[in-house]
Amino acid sequence: MIPAAFEYYRPSDLAGVIELLEEHGDDARVMAGGHSLIPMMKLRMADVPHLIDLQGISGLSDITIDTESIRIGALVTQTNIICHEDLAAAAPILRETALQIADPQVRNMGTVGGNVANGDPGNDMPGLMQCLNASFTLIGPDGERNVAARDFYEAAYMTAREDDEVLTAVTIPLPEGGYAYEKQKRKIGDYATAAAAVQITKIGETCASASIAMTNLSDIPVFSEAASTALVGTSVDDAALKAAVGAMLGDIDPTEDNRGPVAFKKHVAGVILRRAILRAWSRA
Amino acid sequence: MSNKMHIKLNVNGKAEEFLAEPRELLIYTLRERLNITGPHIGCETSHCGACTVTIDGKSVKACTMFVAQANGAEVTTIEGIGGPDDLHPLQTAFKEHHGLQCGYCTPGMITRATKLLEDIPNPTEEEIRFGMAGNLCRCTGYQNIVKSIKAAAAEMNAAKEAAE
Repeated sequence: MIPAAFEYYRPSDLAGVIELLEEHGDDARVMAGGHSLIPMMKLRMADVPHLIDLQGISGLSDITIDTESIRIGALVTQTNIICHEDLAAAAPILRETALQIADPQVRNMGTVGGNVANGDPGNDMPGLMQCLNASFTLIGPDGERNVAARDFYEAAYMTAREDDEVLTAVTIPLPEGGYAYEKQKRKIGDYATAAAAVQITKIGETCASASIAMTNLSDIPVFSEAASTALVGTSVDDAALKAAVGAMLGDIDPTEDNRGPVAFKKHVAGVILRRAILRAWSRA
Repeated sequence: MSNKMHIKLNVNGKAEEFLAEPRELLIYTLRERLNITGPHIGCETSHCGACTVTIDGKSVKACTMFVAQANGAEVTTIEGIGGPDDLHPLQTAFKEHHGLQCGYCTPGMITRATKLLEDIPNPTEEEIRFGMAGNLCRCTGYQNIVKSIKAAAAEMNAAKEAAE
């Protein structure tokens, strides 16, 4: 499997990246670990005449945690997420999710920035970031802007990022309460048949807030406001679970593929969400 | 288009310099250009792990890295881990515990296992299975691979203790 020829660039700063993006437009692509892009280039499904490798840029590999938020540089790998003890204490759902992505070798290369920027509906981080109400920092010729994860995804591989912008960081408000990332996959390394990210807080025995997002059940990640609302004010009993699952099923739009027909995917989505809510609730 | 690049690699302690197209995948560089044929091509789609090598201290699938990305890196393959006259404890353990049948996945398995045992010197069965999840074997059913890695870990830990 030999990809088409390309020009390779390894700029040493972001200005160099943006210059190349401005010059080559959508003939250029930035690459972090390459574990989404390279397979597509090998299959010749992605045509990238100008490949911009971000590995030479400093300052994109840091994880910083302050009293209100967590900032994760775009080049932070899934392995970095798993191994970072302070991060696991501040937002344990990140480690729980990263451990369910691919395998050790792929996690050594795969980055948070690539995972969220690529726009593949199978990627796990986009749904997680919607659950956590994260925002993405984009830098382009006109400077820097932030886009909410919940507004970022437009269609499969189509995002709010412009061709001459680079996603440099993900910022997450410090999560509170119980959490769970639950994923059904056919085998290690597979994308989800269905996955759910849940954060829940409680006051006494009552659910005070909930946030629910689903992965690989539409052409974009699905933050389900209705499912989240269905839990608030309840004791997360069976009726509340049914209401949340029902609301979620109204928001997803799975298509039939080699992971199964639509009815099966909806069934799995319901099972996975129920499990995720119960686990998050038990940790709240 | 496709200008050749000047590439420098350190492979198994030896400096290598050559001109290559950036699109050349590292596994082809190793096997066809440098004649280092320990890392194998299995699926070529980053699933099977037969091409696993160590790059700057990390286990990586060499079928999913362009040589241009690896430019400047240190690469270790099975050839740099042990040879017929000086087997690594993992190689000895795979031999003694029948951790292979056809042997095709073995270089990748052992290369990955060296990093696993660096990260977790005394792993449980579960940690071995999770840490080796990126390497597929179609012969053994994995039972004897797990056994081999456990045995190698015990051997290496005992040797470390004796040295202290």
